[in-house]
Amino acid sequence: MTTIRAVDAFARRHRYKPLEALPWVAAIAAYFAFPSYLALGAQILATILFALSADLLLGYAGIVTLGHAAFFGAGAYIAGILAAHGWGEPITGLLAGAGAAGLLGLLSGLIVLRTTGLPLLMQTLVVATMVAEAANKASFITGGDDGLQGMEVWPIFGELRFDMFGNTGYFYCLIVLFLCWLAARHIVHSPFGRSLTGIRENVRRMHAIGAPVGRRRLVIYTISAALAGISGALIAQTTQFVSLSFPSLERSGTVLIMLIIGGVGRLYGAFIGVPLYMIAQDRFATAEPVYWYFWIGLMMVLVVVFARGGVLGLADRFRR
Amino acid sequence: MISLSALVSIGFHGLAFAMVLYLISVGLSVTMGLMGFVNLAHGVFAMVGGYVLTSLMSRFGVAFLPTLLVAALATALVSLPIERLLYRRFYGGEELDQVLLTMGLVFMSVAGATYLWGPLQQPLQPPAWLSGEIDLGFRSFPAYRSFLILCGAALVTALWLAIERTRFGARVRAAVDNLRMAQSVGIDTSRLFMTTFALGSGLAGLGGGLGADLLAINPSYALQNLAYFLIVVAVGGLGSIRGPFVAALLLGIADSGFKYLLPEFGAFFIYALTMAVLLWRPRGLFGRA
Repeated sequence: MTTIRAVDAFARRHRYKPLEALPWVAAIAAYFAFPSYLALGAQILATILFALSADLLLGYAGIVTLGHAAFFGAGAYIAGILAAHGWGEPITGLLAGAGAAGLLGLLSGLIVLRTTGLPLLMQTLVVATMVAEAANKASFITGGDDGLQGMEVWPIFGELRFDMFGNTGYFYCLIVLFLCWLAARHIVHSPFGRSLTGIRENVRRMHAIGAPVGRRRLVIYTISAALAGISGALIAQTTQFVSLSFPSLERSGTVLIMLIIGGVGRLYGAFIGVPLYMIAQDRFATAEPVYWYFWIGLMMVLVVVFARGGVLGLADRFRR
Repeated sequence: MISLSALVSIGFHGLAFAMVLYLISVGLSVTMGLMGFVNLAHGVFAMVGGYVLTSLMSRFGVAFLPTLLVAALATALVSLPIERLLYRRFYGGEELDQVLLTMGLVFMSVAGATYLWGPLQQPLQPPAWLSGEIDLGFRSFPAYRSFLILCGAALVTALWLAIERTRFGARVRAAVDNLRMAQSVGIDTSRLFMTTFALGSGLAGLGGGLGADLLAINPSYALQNLAYFLIVVAVGGLGSIRGPFVAALLLGIADSGFKYLLPEFGAFFIYALTMAVLLWRPRGLFGRA
């Protein structure tokens, strides 16, 4: 009896549930409800993708990284540099950003993933610092400290122009996020995704049953890097600006907090944590950006000490 | 070709920088090895030491040597409640929790330091007897950095003696080697953790104060220099006293060398070198398998 129930549960796991439509309904409702905040909305959607890509690593594969912004920054800079130097086609720009970030993920993953724990953490940080330092020193092409300016993004499919109200940008980000979410959801529920959870929970056992642990970790690291690259490229294309803050340690840290506010390893934590964080930041951080960090830091400490599962974890506890 | 005098100069500056890096990072290495705790906020303690030193000297005109002592003690005192109230809950826990907790503390420190001391960097005014140069006959050296090197060497020796020759040191080594066995033979590891943590933080505070000239004291200190401290620990190997010393020497000398010879590449080579070392030895030079 229990075996059958377990099999059922596994089979039902990947079926779409009505509740999963909620983020998308909310995103479309937000478009009509807050027409003057579409630029912020597009940034939120793109950042959800960034947090989602980090969730694949943290929540599923159990790889704790402090350098995820490296891939975000790489994607943003590649898309940005293309658009600033005469190739403003957005979708190929996005793919180029994804490709570059994925390649960086693959190459750095080959080195970084040989270890676990602190050495891994430290190496992800070093990779991100190298990307930031490279962007800083190659100022003739990246703009260095001043940021990359002069991007010209062409209309999507040659038709849909990026307007100043952010209508196009909002839907562009929403559609790309939706497609990437479908892919991430598919990965997570596939046998490959299940084996990642196995690696996170008990790596020795996965070795023992013959799972190619190293290769699987490398594959998810590359996929996650590519998704983070798409996210960076989206923000670069919709804001027409890339700066050194893109591959910074602050960004690698804040994506963790956005994710943890929502809940890690749930695929939906990003959809809750990112809007909460970014709306709060928009309201409170503009006056005194430095003190904003105090509240963010305090929130991180409080979440870790008292509300480990984030908002979704609290909801679970409430339901029980 | 680089001249001999340039080489001596690189070596000298590198050595001074290495001493500062070691003083700050050794506590981090021990806490990480001993408690298995990823403490990204360790730089905050160095920053506290730096702020205590610079403010006592510039605002209250206290002499240099006593303030050094105060900086170390104050930092150790600040670190105690943090360890008891926060860190202790997460020993042996999940890495992600530790990362988030300590990153949160770093963010809070950035805002807190800006609130208390403003966004500008705090200059260190060395006392008269340490400004200027010392003439050694064949060559003269900047007095402050010579003092740094001597001071660092003395502290390193004292620390090694403490770890190798005292009862306290024996307990620390036992707990690093085998925590459960150490507990079984009756070592109060909770108190040991507390003492070691405070000692490591005090040393970091001292290093931050002494090195205020090299690693400028400003609100983003803990964030800016995090990579350096972590490199020293990861390259040296966790839980080791000797490893971080070798790593700090390598990093200090390589850093001043690259910045002197190839300034246009900044710190890029340092990071590449770090990756190369970790590729060769993932657990660091002196890390145990």
